[in-house]
Amino acid sequence: MSSVVATHDEHHDHGPGKGILRWVFTTNHKDIGTLYMGTALVMFLVGGVMALIIRAELFSPGMQFVDPMFFNQMTTLHALVMVFGAVMPAFAGLANWMIPMMIGAPDMALPRLNNWSFWLLPFALLLLASTLFMEGGAPAAGWTLYPPLVLQGGAHLPFAIFSVHLLGISSIMAAINIIVTVFNMRAPGMTLMKMPLFVWTWVITAFLLIAIMPVFAGAVTMLLTDKFFGTSFFNAAGGGDPVLYQHLFWFFGHPEVYVLILPSFGVVSQIIPTFARKPLFGYSSMVYATASIGFLSFIVWAHHQYTVGMPIEGELYFTYATMLIAVPTGVKVFNWISTMWKGAMTFETPMLWAIAFVALFTMGGFTGLMMSISPADLQYHDTYFIVAHFHYTLVTGAVFAIIAATYYWLPKWTGHMYDERLGKLHFWLTTISVNLTFFPQHFLGLAGMPRRIPDYATQFAEFNAWSSVGAFVFGFSQLIFVYVIIKAVRGGEKATDEVWEGAREHGLEWTLPSPAPYHTWTTAPEIK
Amino acid sequence: MDVAISGTLPHLDDCARDQIGNEVVPVLEDGDYALDYYGYSKKERTVGNRHRSHCSDALYRCDPQGNDGIIRTVNNSESRKVNKRLVWSIVFVAVGMFGFGFALVPLYNVFCEVTGLNGKVKTEAVADAGYVVDQSRELTIEFITSVNESMPLAFRAEKSKMKIHPGQYYTVKFYAENTTDRKMIGRAIPSVAPGVASEYLSKAECFCFSEQEFEPHKLREMPVRFVIDPSIPENVKDLTLSYTFFDITDKNRN
Amino acid sequence: MNKIRRLLAGFGLVLWGESHADYALNLTSGVTEVSRDIHDLHMLILWICVAIGVGVYGLMIYSIVHHRKSKGVVPAQFHENTKLEIVWTIIPFLILLGMAIPATGVMIKAYDTSGADMTVKVTGYQWKWRYEYLDEGIDFFSTLDAKSNEARQLGANIDPTSVPNYLLNVDNPLVVPTNKKIRFLFTGADVIHSWWVPDLGWKKDTIPGFVTDGWAKIEKPGVYRGQCTELCGRDHGFMPIVVIAKTNEEYKQWVAEQKAKSEAVKAEATKNFSMDDLMAKGREVYNSNCAGCHQTNGEGISGTFPPIKGSPVATGPLAEHLNVVLKGKGEMMPAFEDSLNPVELAAVVTYQRNAFGNNKGDLVQPSEIKPQH
Repeated sequence: MSSVVATHDEHHDHGPGKGILRWVFTTNHKDIGTLYMGTALVMFLVGGVMALIIRAELFSPGMQFVDPMFFNQMTTLHALVMVFGAVMPAFAGLANWMIPMMIGAPDMALPRLNNWSFWLLPFALLLLASTLFMEGGAPAAGWTLYPPLVLQGGAHLPFAIFSVHLLGISSIMAAINIIVTVFNMRAPGMTLMKMPLFVWTWVITAFLLIAIMPVFAGAVTMLLTDKFFGTSFFNAAGGGDPVLYQHLFWFFGHPEVYVLILPSFGVVSQIIPTFARKPLFGYSSMVYATASIGFLSFIVWAHHQYTVGMPIEGELYFTYATMLIAVPTGVKVFNWISTMWKGAMTFETPMLWAIAFVALFTMGGFTGLMMSISPADLQYHDTYFIVAHFHYTLVTGAVFAIIAATYYWLPKWTGHMYDERLGKLHFWLTTISVNLTFFPQHFLGLAGMPRRIPDYATQFAEFNAWSSVGAFVFGFSQLIFVYVIIKAVRGGEKATDEVWEGAREHGLEWTLPSPAPYHTWTTAPEIK
Repeated sequence: MDVAISGTLPHLDDCARDQIGNEVVPVLEDGDYALDYYGYSKKERTVGNRHRSHCSDALYRCDPQGNDGIIRTVNNSESRKVNKRLVWSIVFVAVGMFGFGFALVPLYNVFCEVTGLNGKVKTEAVADAGYVVDQSRELTIEFITSVNESMPLAFRAEKSKMKIHPGQYYTVKFYAENTTDRKMIGRAIPSVAPGVASEYLSKAECFCFSEQEFEPHKLREMPVRFVIDPSIPENVKDLTLSYTFFDITDKNRN
Repeated sequence: MNKIRRLLAGFGLVLWGESHADYALNLTSGVTEVSRDIHDLHMLILWICVAIGVGVYGLMIYSIVHHRKSKGVVPAQFHENTKLEIVWTIIPFLILLGMAIPATGVMIKAYDTSGADMTVKVTGYQWKWRYEYLDEGIDFFSTLDAKSNEARQLGANIDPTSVPNYLLNVDNPLVVPTNKKIRFLFTGADVIHSWWVPDLGWKKDTIPGFVTDGWAKIEKPGVYRGQCTELCGRDHGFMPIVVIAKTNEEYKQWVAEQKAKSEAVKAEATKNFSMDDLMAKGREVYNSNCAGCHQTNGEGISGTFPPIKGSPVATGPLAEHLNVVLKGKGEMMPAFEDSLNPVELAAVVTYQRNAFGNNKGDLVQPSEIKPQH
């Protein structure tokens, strides 16, 4: 018996594989987490270049650089790449890296599915990018792909739809993995109400994904059949309705934006207690608030459609329901501030990003509340006011949280402290430039500038110029981030296991060595 | 949350052979842990409520030295069974949501019909409803005509506006002329504003009920016979009936 | 303390000033009761958010300044307070109620299109608007003004500030009377567009196959400009809206002028024109309607819009050329037989056949413009 076991032992105790095939075949959650985050970083830069093309054209009135058609392709792809190529994979990467370590599990429940979830992604994104080189170019109807406009598209349409399907399947599989892992593989003693909030927010996000991605898949399939197989889902001639697509899309689309933000809430709920040296205030409230936001996100979708001619009963219902989301969101903000309150804070780079998140995401929340009010939205809709809102929630919200998480957990991943000076420089340059980029856009929208236009009337020139300058500073500042990461991977001051003072009390991951071994929690902890 | 690495957990029984050479297998209860790196299924024998597992498959790392610490489950059959159940139920939900997306298509129409919202107009003839005409109430109905994607049909109504009483039947004529040399087939799609009024509009005769053929250079007169249900809410005083003709000649060729 | 007070006062003054400023910082109050109500609602919500923001940011700043390790504080360990959670759930809810009630009233007002004095039908096309006055029999298209269209071409090298109302000017504005309730009916001819004039207070999508409505009662004569606000393809940013509100008498005059004009156009269509006249008019029509895609130099955009210069259509059989212009072609080239009158059509086809070095030598008279097959 022992010989069999011994052989088994030796055979099993391998570290990571060698060479590039390690990355192709890995089922290790840490490797897959790294793959997701690397992809997300690259796509963030790609989406960023598209944004800079947009802002370069919008720097001054008149058309200087691109054809309006190409401009529309850029706005469409910028959004698709950022949402599906940068933010969602980044959070999936954080989930992969951190959830098993946080709940005391040795890996994800379905390691091979995990590998597949990741590898679908580069293929799908390449397919999407390839539409740029097809006749007629990439999709240009906005990331929302509204018919009838989208059905005027050329060769790219089936490829774009296929890419979207693959992205959806990847997300669904990742979501399944996360739910099963969290439900079935927590260490003994870790009840649901003892889980770190980052795990909670991801579980709720995973449920959202399971419910909405298939509906999105259905909607784009209907676009495909309308175009190629003679159906009339969205064609009035055949008894259909273009607005039906909008309902289907936003039934997916609204919870989707909560998919993009809930894990951010989780990240910030991990970071602030650590650097305030205080437990998270109101843990159960935070869980209930997150769950309420998740639930409410399903019943508010038509606030994206206030101007389509919905009957007034519909407009009013969606107004009231949407306004309600402000309540649990506010509760979360108050709880974060209460966590800071009377703590003993230090302001290392992750904390800077987390505090900036709370302040600036709140700005996005305020404009969201304004937009929820349908009569006011009759003026805001489809203007730069909306653009400002969602960039505050997505950039100073989701992206800041991802950056915060990266700085926070980099020492655990690499075993080295990142360069704190450069981290702070990255922070200040980004925060100042992001506000320069997006704050003026509120004024532009209120003053009458529509969105998705490549050129504008001269009274909008000044704020557009400021916004473009901000965008370029923001874009180039991210190169500092890339440098910081590469530098930390290759070397730097050795990180302790705990990394941050008192962090042991805030997460199981800080009881592990830094860098975290290839296999962790093969021996389970017991949680009291 | 307090976390501790425990040192006082129960040991799994050793894998060993008893004096006679029979295997003494570890007894596993639900929740017990035993290592299984490869996830192969194992033979199990159930004795009473306990599951016994075959140690010599080398799939369980029993700890003959009796070291402290639970040896962690990755994929024992119990956890995999539970995992499998959960995975399949989630997949079922995902597939169900895909079907739900498609189900929303008829559901959308049902919702529109039942509530009268959206301005979707009945696409079938309604037999004479026998309403009582409300002479005291006067509504204004406007007619507008459009063609989609510049379909070459000259389409107009005989009048753009008329005053009507709810409950009374009226007939309005529409004219359409095919200005080209080829035959055209079109479908007229009606729409009503405000949407709430559509539920109260019934038509006994309408060219929108079926496809319409237009010979080259011919002018056709197409009547619409309609009535407004007198129970239409008091606050509706004006309504608009819009027809848009869509060219479906190509569709019909196939 | 004094410094902070002064800072806050200065900030407040700026905010007050900005909220009352007339230029491009805030939503307009507009020229209708609804637009004013919406503006006031917007300000109410804005001020509530500012107040909450001051509170929230104030607490954060205070905490950042005082609750730092470098000040030697010992961190408290409190981590929950159910009463507090209930309070900061209920109070925001009540604030929301305070917003929802006025919002409901404004929405009901904005939606009530009944009892209108006149109706205008607005149809969104790629990439222009069509206005029909159902009671008057007036029907015309409204396209981006030619000067703006020229200046906005890629590499045009024309300073946009030299163009009056750049991108917000049209050839045929919508003229309406003041102090009359106007009902607008909207539909789309191809894809979804959206009709927005900020001064009227709202926008409405135009959906092919469906009719939507809106209303406005304009209180002041003036010129009010807006834009398309739903992505509708290449020239989404280049199909503005101009509404001119006149007093009732001036409006009636304008109606009479329009009717006379359309009679005149009908009469013109029977005349014969010289090559020079046709070329001059043709260039005007071309620059307003064709140059957007085919460019003022007739060279088009490689891979997307074919050139007119040396084009097999423009230098080929006239019947086919007319067919393309009148009926459109494929999904990108729109039909022009509705939006251009026979004189304009004859002129632009003549121009295309002779400009850019095409030099076909033929000219087209308005009477030859008949629907092709």
